[in-house]
Amino acid sequence: MVQMPVYIGKRLLVAIPTLLIISIFVFSLQKLLPGDPIMAMAGEERDPAVLEPLREKYHLNDPIPVQYVRWLGGVAQGDLGVSLRTNQPVLELIGQKLPVTIQLAVMSMFFAVIIGVPMGILAAVKKNTILDYIANLVALSGLSVPNFWLGIMLILLISVNLGWLPASGFESIFVDPVRSIQTMLMPSFVLGTGLAATLMRHTRSAMLGVLSSDYIRTARAKGLSPREVILSHSFRNALLPVVTLSALLFGELLAGAVLTEQIFTIPGFGKLIVDAVFNRDYAVVQGVVMCTAVGFLVMNLAADILYVLLNPRLRATL
Amino acid sequence: MNQILRLTTALAFGVLTALPAAAVDLKVGLQDDADVLDPAQSRSFVGRIVYTAMCDKLVDVSPDLKIIPQLATDWAWSEGGKVLTMKLREGVKFHDDTPLDAAAVVTTIERNLTMAESRRKSELASVEKVEAAGPLKVKFTLKQPDATLLAQLSDRAGMIVSPKAAKELGANFGSKPVCAGPFKFVERVQQDRIVLEKFKDYWNKDNVFIDKVTYTPIPDSTVRLANLQSGDLDFIERLAPTDAAAVKGDSKLTYADVVNIGNMSIYVNVGNGARANNPMGKDKRLRQAFSLAMDREALMQIVFEGTALAGNQPFPPSSAWFNKSVPVPQRDVAKAKALIKEAGFDRVPVEIQIPNNPVVQQTMQIIQSMVAEAGFDVTLKSTEFATLLDEQTRGNYQLSRSDWSGRVDPDGNIHQFVTCKGGLNDTKYCNAEVDKLLNEARAATDEKVRKQKYDAATVILNDEQPMIYLGHQSWIWAMKKNVTGFTPSPDGMIRLVGLKKGS
Repeated sequence: MVQMPVYIGKRLLVAIPTLLIISIFVFSLQKLLPGDPIMAMAGEERDPAVLEPLREKYHLNDPIPVQYVRWLGGVAQGDLGVSLRTNQPVLELIGQKLPVTIQLAVMSMFFAVIIGVPMGILAAVKKNTILDYIANLVALSGLSVPNFWLGIMLILLISVNLGWLPASGFESIFVDPVRSIQTMLMPSFVLGTGLAATLMRHTRSAMLGVLSSDYIRTARAKGLSPREVILSHSFRNALLPVVTLSALLFGELLAGAVLTEQIFTIPGFGKLIVDAVFNRDYAVVQGVVMCTAVGFLVMNLAADILYVLLNPRLRATL
Repeated sequence: MNQILRLTTALAFGVLTALPAAAVDLKVGLQDDADVLDPAQSRSFVGRIVYTAMCDKLVDVSPDLKIIPQLATDWAWSEGGKVLTMKLREGVKFHDDTPLDAAAVVTTIERNLTMAESRRKSELASVEKVEAAGPLKVKFTLKQPDATLLAQLSDRAGMIVSPKAAKELGANFGSKPVCAGPFKFVERVQQDRIVLEKFKDYWNKDNVFIDKVTYTPIPDSTVRLANLQSGDLDFIERLAPTDAAAVKGDSKLTYADVVNIGNMSIYVNVGNGARANNPMGKDKRLRQAFSLAMDREALMQIVFEGTALAGNQPFPPSSAWFNKSVPVPQRDVAKAKALIKEAGFDRVPVEIQIPNNPVVQQTMQIIQSMVAEAGFDVTLKSTEFATLLDEQTRGNYQLSRSDWSGRVDPDGNIHQFVTCKGGLNDTKYCNAEVDKLLNEARAATDEKVRKQKYDAATVILNDEQPMIYLGHQSWIWAMKKNVTGFTPSPDGMIRLVGLKKGS
C-alpha cells in the first residue's frame, strides 16, 4: 500500500494537461457561439456609447488567444474572472452553488443506491421470476419517465394537494437542516429514480455474471447459506462495475441536473450554467465547466482507488 | 429563589407574547433572477420589480401612465423645454440614514452619465448638465428639448442612490444597494432569493403594511403557480395565459391583469444588408398582404386565451397614443391575394426567424397556416434568443419575430425602431418624413402636438409596414386572497406601498 500516495500523485499530474486541453476547448467553443455577450447583457439597450466602454472593460475586443492567456493567468492566481451579468466573482458564485449541487448529488445517489442496488441483486437472484420482471419494469419506467414530468406531478400531488413538502426552493443545510432536507427530498428522489434504473440494470448483470462462476458453485456445494453466498461472496465481486458506474453517475450529477434544478428552482450548477450560456456570460461558463471537469477527474480517481481497496489483486498493478 | 425564577420566566414569557402581531412577510415569485442590483447598471425587467420596493425615483407613473410625484414633489419646464427644474421632497432619508438632497440627486445623475459600467447613458443623452439650485432644488439643462426625460426619470435613470454608498462601493454598488425606497436590502442569494425589509424611516412609511419581502425566481410558470397554490408564495407575476381560468376558478386566489405597454411584431428586413433583397423586403404590397392575411383577433384568443389585445401599431388600442384612424385590420384573404398578384407573384416564399420558446412557436405556426391561404409559403427558423438578436442586428434575416417590453413615453416605443439612425432599427427602414415627425414629437412638450405627430407617423408606417405589429400581451398576476390593495399597472411593476397581507 506504500505505492498508493505515489499513484495518486501521478494521477493528479496527468490531470493537469487534461484540464488545460478542456479549458482551451471550452474557450474556443463558446467564442464560436453566435451572439454578443455585451448585447445579451445590455438587454434592450443598444447604444454604442453604452456598449463600447463595456466591451473595452471586459477586454472583449482583444484577439481570442490574448483573452485566453489573460484568463489562464487569472486562474493561476486563483481568479476565475467576474460574471458579466451580476458583477459577482465567478469563484464566489461557484462557492455558493457547489455545496447545493453536492448536497443534491449525494441525496440523489442515496436514493439511487438504496433503490437500485437491492433491486438489482433481487432481480439477479430471482432471475426470470415475476420479481425479476417487476424489477425490470420499475427500472424501465424509471429510465423512461422524464424528470420534469415526474417533478411537476410530485409537486402537484405532494405540495399542492397534500401540503407535505415545500413545492420548490432551497435552504442551506447549515442554516436550517430540517428545511434543507425537506426541500431537497423531491428533487433528489426524482433524480435518484432515473439513476436507480441504470444502477439496477448494471447490478443485475454483474451479479448474474458472478453467480454463474465456479467459486460460487463451490460455495453453495460447501453448504453455505444462500444469504452468505449472495452477500459475502457474490456481491463484493459484483460491486466493482457498480462502483465505477456510481462514480461516473456522481460526476454527471455534479455537472448539474439542469431540468430538475429548473423545475424545483434549486440554485445549483445546472441552472447557473444554462443561464450563463443563454446570457453569453463566458467567465461563468468557463469556470463552471472547469470545476465540473475537476469533479469528474476526482470522481474517476476515487473510483480507481475504491477498486483497489475492493479487489486486492489489483494492488499488484499499482 | 425558585419563586423569583418562576416570576422572571413568567415575565419574560409575558413580554414575548405581548410583542406586536407576527411580522408580515410577503413572498413574491418572479419569472427570472434579477441581474446586478445597481440602478445605473442593471437591465432586467425583474430587477425593476425589485427596485420598485427598494429604490424610489424622482417621479413615478400612475396606472394610467401619467407622471406623478415621488421624490420630486413638483417640476416645471422653462426656456422652451430646455430647462427642467425639480423640487425635492423634504425629510427623505436613504437606507444608511444619510439625507436625500439636491446634491445626492446631482451625484446620482452624474454617476449615471459618466460611470463606465453605466447603462443609462442613452436614456439621459439629452442632459447637458445637472446642478443643485438650492438644498432641495435640482436644475437639468438639456442639449435640446426632450419631452421623454420625465419618463426616463420615472425609471432606473431617476432612482436616487446614496452618494456615500455609491462612493464606497463604486461599480460594486449592486452587492449592497442603498436607496431611499420603502424597503431596504437585506441579502441576496444568486438564483435563489432577494430579501428586503421595511425601512422604518421611509417618507411614506404609514402606507407600508409589509415588514419583509422575499423575491424568489421561479422560471417555470406552472411551478410558480404550484408554489402559490401550496402556500409557499403569496404573489406571482407573469402567470401563463393558459392558467388564467384555473386561477379565476380558485376560491383561495385572486387574479389581476392589464394590457401592457409593449408590443409583439415581425420585423421585415427592408434595408439591412444583402438579405433585404427578398420579395417582402422590396415590395410593401406584399407586407400589406401579409398583414391582411392574418386573423389577429383569433390569434390572441387561441394563443393567449383572450388576455392579449390585437394591434397594428407600436401602441395598444387601449393607449391614448393609439391612432384611431388606422384601426386594427380585419382579415381579408381576397384583398391579400389581389395585392400579391399585383406585385407579380403567385406564391411568395418567406423565411421567418423566431426565438425557440413554445408560445412564440405556437403563434407563428398559426400565422404560417393563416397566411398560406393567401399565398405565402412560410418557413420558420427557430433560434436561441441571443443568436436571433445577433442575426437580426447584422441583417442576416428576411423576417424576424421580436418583442418589445414597452416604455412609458410613446417615444420609447417608436423612435429608435423606425428612424434612420435609430439604435434598435434592425429593419434599416429609413424615411425622412417619419424621421422629421418623430424628432418633432420628441422635442414638443405639448401632448396635443405630440399626438398629431405620432398620428401622422403611424399613417405612413401602416402603409409601408417595415414592422408588422401583431398585438399586445397582458401582464397577469395571481395572489392569495388575503393579499389586498394591489393595483395592476401597464408597466408590469409590483408596487408594495398600500399593499396589505391579512392573516
